[in-house]
Amino acid sequence: MIPRDEAELADILRAASEPISVRGNGTKLGMLRPVQAAATLSTSALTGITLSAPKELVLSARAGTPLAEIEAEAARNGQHIIAEPPDFSALLGTIGPQIIGPQTIGPQTIGGVTATNLSGPRRVAWGAMRDHVMGVRAVNGAGEIIRAGGRVLKNVTGLDICKLLTGSHGTLAVMTEITIKVLPAPERRATVALMGLDPKQAVAALSAALGSPYSVSGAAHLPAAMAARIPALAWLGGAVTLARIEDFALSVAYRSGRLRADLAGFGVAEILDDGASRAAWAAIRDAAPLVGEPGCVWRISVRPSAGPAVAATLEAAFGAAWFMDWGGGLVWAAGPADEAAHAAVADAARASGGTWMLLRGPEPLRAAVAVVPPEAPALAAIARRVKAAFDPRGILNPGRIHAGL
Amino acid sequence: MIAQPVPKAASLAKRDAIVAGLRRLVRDSGVIAEPIRMKTYETDGLAAYRQVPMVVVLPETTEEVARILAFLHQEGVRIVPRGAGTSLSGGALPMEDAVVVGMMRMNRILDIDYDDRCAVVQAGVTNIGITQAVQERGFFYAPDPSSQLACMIGGNVNMNSGGAHCLRYGVTANNLLGLKIVTIEGEVIDIGGAHMDAAGYDWLGLLTGSEGQLAIVTEVTVRILRGPEGARAMLAGFASNEVAGACVDAIISSGIIPVALEFMDKPAIHACEAFAHAGYPLDAEALLIIEVEGSVAEQDHLLGRIKDICREYDPITLRVSESAEESLAIWKGRKGAFGAVGRISPDYLCMDGTIPTGQLPLVLRRIREMSDACGLQVANIFHAGDGNLHPLIMFDANDPDSFHRAEVFGADILKLCVEVGGCLTGEHGVGVEKRDLMGVQFNAAELDQQRRIKSAFDPGWLLNTNKVFPLLHTA
Repeated sequence: MIPRDEAELADILRAASEPISVRGNGTKLGMLRPVQAAATLSTSALTGITLSAPKELVLSARAGTPLAEIEAEAARNGQHIIAEPPDFSALLGTIGPQIIGPQTIGPQTIGGVTATNLSGPRRVAWGAMRDHVMGVRAVNGAGEIIRAGGRVLKNVTGLDICKLLTGSHGTLAVMTEITIKVLPAPERRATVALMGLDPKQAVAALSAALGSPYSVSGAAHLPAAMAARIPALAWLGGAVTLARIEDFALSVAYRSGRLRADLAGFGVAEILDDGASRAAWAAIRDAAPLVGEPGCVWRISVRPSAGPAVAATLEAAFGAAWFMDWGGGLVWAAGPADEAAHAAVADAARASGGTWMLLRGPEPLRAAVAVVPPEAPALAAIARRVKAAFDPRGILNPGRIHAGL
Repeated sequence: MIAQPVPKAASLAKRDAIVAGLRRLVRDSGVIAEPIRMKTYETDGLAAYRQVPMVVVLPETTEEVARILAFLHQEGVRIVPRGAGTSLSGGALPMEDAVVVGMMRMNRILDIDYDDRCAVVQAGVTNIGITQAVQERGFFYAPDPSSQLACMIGGNVNMNSGGAHCLRYGVTANNLLGLKIVTIEGEVIDIGGAHMDAAGYDWLGLLTGSEGQLAIVTEVTVRILRGPEGARAMLAGFASNEVAGACVDAIISSGIIPVALEFMDKPAIHACEAFAHAGYPLDAEALLIIEVEGSVAEQDHLLGRIKDICREYDPITLRVSESAEESLAIWKGRKGAFGAVGRISPDYLCMDGTIPTGQLPLVLRRIREMSDACGLQVANIFHAGDGNLHPLIMFDANDPDSFHRAEVFGADILKLCVEVGGCLTGEHGVGVEKRDLMGVQFNAAELDQQRRIKSAFDPGWLLNTNKVFPLLHTA
């Protein structure tokens, strides 16, 4: 089903009695648990930018609008989407156009990025996608049209349903329109690149960078094998540890120089220019070094100082290919598509007090294991009641995040 | 006056048993049941509303909070969570049949981790207390509400508090990593932690700004940030609100996002200058306080560009602070604005709507017209970059008619905010004050959706019942 507008979508949900697989253009179908549903509903026909107010730093679009269109509109106004959302279609094998099941895969949509709360490298300094969703229109599982938030930057009126729906993977309501905050795009970017550090030294350097007064907006570490897969970094040879600065040209020149001097104790550093920085961080954002890896891909979020231990554990457990973003707080890992490897990831994340997501894996495995950590019983009970509060008949993407929810 | 719910007769009837029960759960000094001592808790920052609660309990640990909630849940008694009581919307206003759970004894900083840039603090730690604990290393906790000397982080989480620097650093929700909460059944749940972006539903986001409707927050993991190399403020005075508003648009359009961009109208300028002697221009109709950060050279560069933009709008005054003391004085006027207005009027209501910034000239003109029509003065202070208005309506609490007109005036301003595309509250919360206006912003289905979320956490509607949602449930 591809409703042409919000009213038709609401009619469909009001009349529905069986589970529905909810999606945008289908680029993230390989994420999380597969949904067992006879019917599919796509927001792909709900397109178009509905508000562009650069002076007010907001932009609204219907949920099926390709993200690239929104990025282009923001760029025309000298602005950008703050959370730097990634594009995992290469990683997930969902580059369109192609047909997967009943779905013609297209470019990822603003609805999809919001429903999955996916954020890129800038998340470490400027917040996640959910931090910049200012307003939402959605249809809940009973077919009621619900507005939450609005089009202003500060709004605490009532419960924050915008944040609840962001990252809810279509299990509570189907978003039809999203308003995001945008900010002026930086005039220039530069990256301080340290070479040859081991993971612990790297995270210490990134902590120093993120704890500096220079507004570092990206902090990643790639072992040699991973860096070699990014053309903008391969020439450096060996492991690279990267700290990005984005600002006015004068500030970028000053701050990158100061940062390199402050980090001198960690070794010699190169400074990557604007073009190389763009290319390198786009590759990190999209997990490009892991695209060619067979098997599973996990995203593990831990306190940054725990990143190296998690990486070492997974390397020892199943020879994981890995790199770190968010100053060490986001460990990307690839490994064999089996339950033993998955259990090792879950154990390592749990031991560090963190969380994980099975981002890519064969469908039988994703159906068999917990793809995100199970919630404590008291919280799981609340989750079931909140799900029922939006979707009393349990028709929207059942089992997408947790089995039975 | 806004109606209060009918007290539960069953709760009032067993007051002595509730007091005795609470005395078994916390140390003796933690239960306050004498009416004279409970007067301290009868109101908050919305001082026109007062109600002595049934009893006050002051837990010292999460376990005590859990035992208290389990007990009160079993007894079916209503609960009002309270931090420092600085809410401007009546978020901590007690009910006659309710137990106030005051968090002020849970005031310890549990952990500071500079490498991972986070701190774990109990709910009763003050906002400024976090910054003070980390500033020796050059770090700070970003949200800075005007009440930051007194207000507590647990209250900040529940109201999703903002401040003057949100434009750059975000509000409370953008600066949290984790919470420890106690549910109405007395279950302790950890949400998030020192890491970013928990998988599954964004409970952290939902609980932030939930105004005590869903659970009691006992511990908070906050992000701490390294401060900039320096910061400097400048003043720009203009001949009209329209011109100042256009100048704000021009600054944002130029690609510069100052860390703060504050707007005052003439009555606010006069009140604040009389209080702070900051050198505000008394002949200006509108004043912008603009702050930038960075090294001295970066500050000079940005302030130079901003000055060039301001010059296109015929400023009456254009003054860049030359010293840390001067910047401090400039901010003293703004941060003391509420107190300053308090000096010229016996009482005031502080409103908190947000509007799309392009609507500023229209909204200020309409507020002026309303002010003339109802015969009450108003001073406007405004976070200009994000559209968050703070009209201060001056009235005399000894004159019931004056108070009534002030409440009607305030409600009309908030309705206007919604009408032009904004919202009822940008950072103070709905509380009691705006509860009955929720229907202006949300339709019945939307309010019911929010109520069902409340019910998912608190099926018996015992937590802070008389706030946020227009009353349906009576005892």
